[in-house]
Amino acid sequence: MPPDAEGAAALAVEHVTVRFGGVVALSGVSLFAEAGVVTGLIGPNGAGKTTLFNVITGLQRPSSGSVSLGGTDVTRARTYRRARLGMARTFQRLELFSTLSAADNVRVGLEAGERSAPPSAAFDLLERVGVGEEAAAPVSSLPTGSARLVELARALSTDPKVLLLDEPFSGLDEEESATLGRLLTSLAGEGRAILLVEHDTDLVLQLCSTVHVLDFGEVIASGAPDAIRKNPAVQDAYLGHGKDAE
Amino acid sequence: MSVFLSFTVLGIVFGAVYGLLAIGLVVTYNTTGVFNFAQGAVGMVAAFSYWELWQNEHWPFLLAIVFIVFVEAPLLALIVEFVLFRRIHGATVERSLMVSLGLLVILLGVATIFWSSPDIIRAVPPYFTQSNGTVLSVHLFGSNGVTLQYQQIMIVIVTAVVGVALGLFLRRARLGVAMRAVVDDPELVALAGAKPYRLSQMGWVLGFMLAALAGVLIAPLVGQTGLTSVQLTLLALNGFAAAVVGRLRSLPMTFVGALILGLVTYYAQGYLPGHINAGLAAVLVEVIPVVFLFVALLVIPAARLAPAGRLAVRAVPRVASVRQSMAGAALLIAVMVVLAAIVGATALSTLSQGLALGIVGLSLVLLVGFAGQVSLCQLTFMGIGAFTMGKTLGGDSWWGLLLAVAVSGAVGALVALPTLRLRGLYLALATFAFGAVMYSAFFDNSSVISDGTSIGVGRLRLPFMSSVSNQAELIEVAVAAALCALLVGLVRRSAYGRRLVAMSDSPAAFAMVGLNAVRTKVIVFSLSAAMAGLGGVFYAGQQGGIGATDVQYIGSLTLLLFVAIWGIRTLTGALLGGMTAAALPVLQTHLPTSLADLIGLAAGIGIVLLARHPEGVLGMTWLTNRVRLPFGDAQNRVEPIAVEREVASAA
Repeated sequence: MPPDAEGAAALAVEHVTVRFGGVVALSGVSLFAEAGVVTGLIGPNGAGKTTLFNVITGLQRPSSGSVSLGGTDVTRARTYRRARLGMARTFQRLELFSTLSAADNVRVGLEAGERSAPPSAAFDLLERVGVGEEAAAPVSSLPTGSARLVELARALSTDPKVLLLDEPFSGLDEEESATLGRLLTSLAGEGRAILLVEHDTDLVLQLCSTVHVLDFGEVIASGAPDAIRKNPAVQDAYLGHGKDAE
Repeated sequence: MSVFLSFTVLGIVFGAVYGLLAIGLVVTYNTTGVFNFAQGAVGMVAAFSYWELWQNEHWPFLLAIVFIVFVEAPLLALIVEFVLFRRIHGATVERSLMVSLGLLVILLGVATIFWSSPDIIRAVPPYFTQSNGTVLSVHLFGSNGVTLQYQQIMIVIVTAVVGVALGLFLRRARLGVAMRAVVDDPELVALAGAKPYRLSQMGWVLGFMLAALAGVLIAPLVGQTGLTSVQLTLLALNGFAAAVVGRLRSLPMTFVGALILGLVTYYAQGYLPGHINAGLAAVLVEVIPVVFLFVALLVIPAARLAPAGRLAVRAVPRVASVRQSMAGAALLIAVMVVLAAIVGATALSTLSQGLALGIVGLSLVLLVGFAGQVSLCQLTFMGIGAFTMGKTLGGDSWWGLLLAVAVSGAVGALVALPTLRLRGLYLALATFAFGAVMYSAFFDNSSVISDGTSIGVGRLRLPFMSSVSNQAELIEVAVAAALCALLVGLVRRSAYGRRLVAMSDSPAAFAMVGLNAVRTKVIVFSLSAAMAGLGGVFYAGQQGGIGATDVQYIGSLTLLLFVAIWGIRTLTGALLGGMTAAALPVLQTHLPTSLADLIGLAAGIGIVLLARHPEGVLGMTWLTNRVRLPFGDAQNRVEPIAVEREVASAA
């Protein structure tokens, strides 16, 4: 899917290849995430989803290929530069500031922008993701589900244009999942591009307007959820490895 | 030509011994995830034991060697693994570093207790001598050739055999392969039916045995005129450098690194003197390995370091309020004013020194406690501050003080710049190397400070006083320490302080909110070094000068340990740590010789404790629940709901 007529895609990954020694983790991966919608990225374990996130955010340098953000090539930019250009992410293995409170986790992000955020801003963000009552709690005391939401609030603290979420639903109960689903839709409604990695295929197909399927480091299918559901290559990838039991 | 060959032989022989030390380090690191700073100290204990058994107890030398390498070293390893390291498996880099530094201090303490009385010369004669004492050797390549001692040949052969055997063991043997796997994922290895802690034990045992072998082999080479504990311990620096060349992973490359280092050191020693400053030439053998280490750290791509642990945080340091900080500062000054009026001269000087070291301790809280950047050269910054003060405007002026702070801050930034891409262990090693090289090439260089003396440093001049008395000096330091404590508290409450803690907690998330770690690190390093320099001004002012013995790197380690033992994230801990470092040497002169090494003893007890309580004494909740600490230092107890990553086998 090429950039639309309005200009470049919010996030464009083109022909990205990553090799670890002899192992090819990603092979010529191209995908786009458009502003205003939730884009899904699914694939069996070890397909390269998190590696791709690391490439997009600059934690992993690709062997070849490019990443651009709203038309600006950021392939060689350091992680913090990408963040300043409007990229934010959460991590599959939680990366919270573990000795700070939930509110301070968000404040670090707010203060990074060097704009004077009102003291209540951190609380408002926590409230928005649904963990406002945990603001004063040390994050290491939170259950995994709430901790993930604090991470999401922190990601939002920089007011990102592109939001990368690495399995945000894991550890949430059904009700929390439903709330998060609505939140993601509303965040996309604010004009953000959201790229969502998720294990729960049904959830992704339900939330996303476009879905990319990654298998053995390659994009084997891209398109609308319905098309993806019927795609024989996708069915094969999942049935072939056995649908993930995690 | 024969000169060249002689130095080549020396280089290879010493390179071989460094290689043994280094592969021991690499094996332990790869099986346990702990970089054993005490590797050289283990070799040192082995060398002394060898002297003891062979020369003092008159055991046959071969029996002594076999006993040390196959009985003493493994036993010591098992004890150390059980008491110190089993609890901290998977802990953060800082914590495991701290515990291995503690082991170093303990072993030095042991050596001090048993082998330090100066009336005995602990000389170790060479291996393979004739009955009249002549070293057996062969001469090769005729009159222009080279003489090879039998013992030199033996060292190279033993090293080669051990190296090859170890390589085969780790690659081929089932146990060896499992040992290499355990550090990557202990849980997985546990699932595969192996017991991770047994493998860690093997890692420690092998590492200690190799260190012991190196110590025994090198003893006759360096000990003909008497062994000294510090000299032997520092041989480990060579091992560190070689291990870095092997990227803490590859045994062959580690060996290559060791050989190159051996050769470079001895060629330099053979050819450089006469071309360089005489003071520097005298310490060349000490400086080369350190420079080698420093360059290796900067040039060789960083190793894929063992995964840092994610042990659940049990206690989170509470941030003191402005009022609590002020109250703490006022209390500190008030107590010191009272003490100044009542205590005697020794206590006065100890208190002043303790508070001055406490200021250095506060600089460590900022750097290590908040920002998670380990510095092992804080006394070097202290020395730079004191030196600058002493050299400026009579050594007692306020301008001198400002300049001292500025110069140490600038040096701190300079050290931080090249080491920016280094993290955790590598950063610690780089600062260690910097401290060592500054010691040898600057403070201990007779053309900078004449041998055995110090640069005079005055006490900070006060208005309306012709001279600063001991009492006034104590109050001066107390005010400075109180202001520094306030400053550190202020930093912690600021956005910058949150940033430091965030950088330490998660570098990835730190960058992901758009923060530049480079800038943050340079600033905190500089700030911390400046504060250490300020401490140096008062430290040197109290005793009237600064000399090489004040800035030995073992001192930097000990101070860091004491602050960590009290609580690396607390202001009270920093001041108590400084006090401890100042008081123990004074105390031990009043105690019977059996307690001669109080520092080692205290460090020993403290480290065992630290292995169990990462936040130190002041982080123990049973204490903070009962006692109100100054500066509002306390912990919020956190119930560990988050999954704790303990060693699977500990259960």
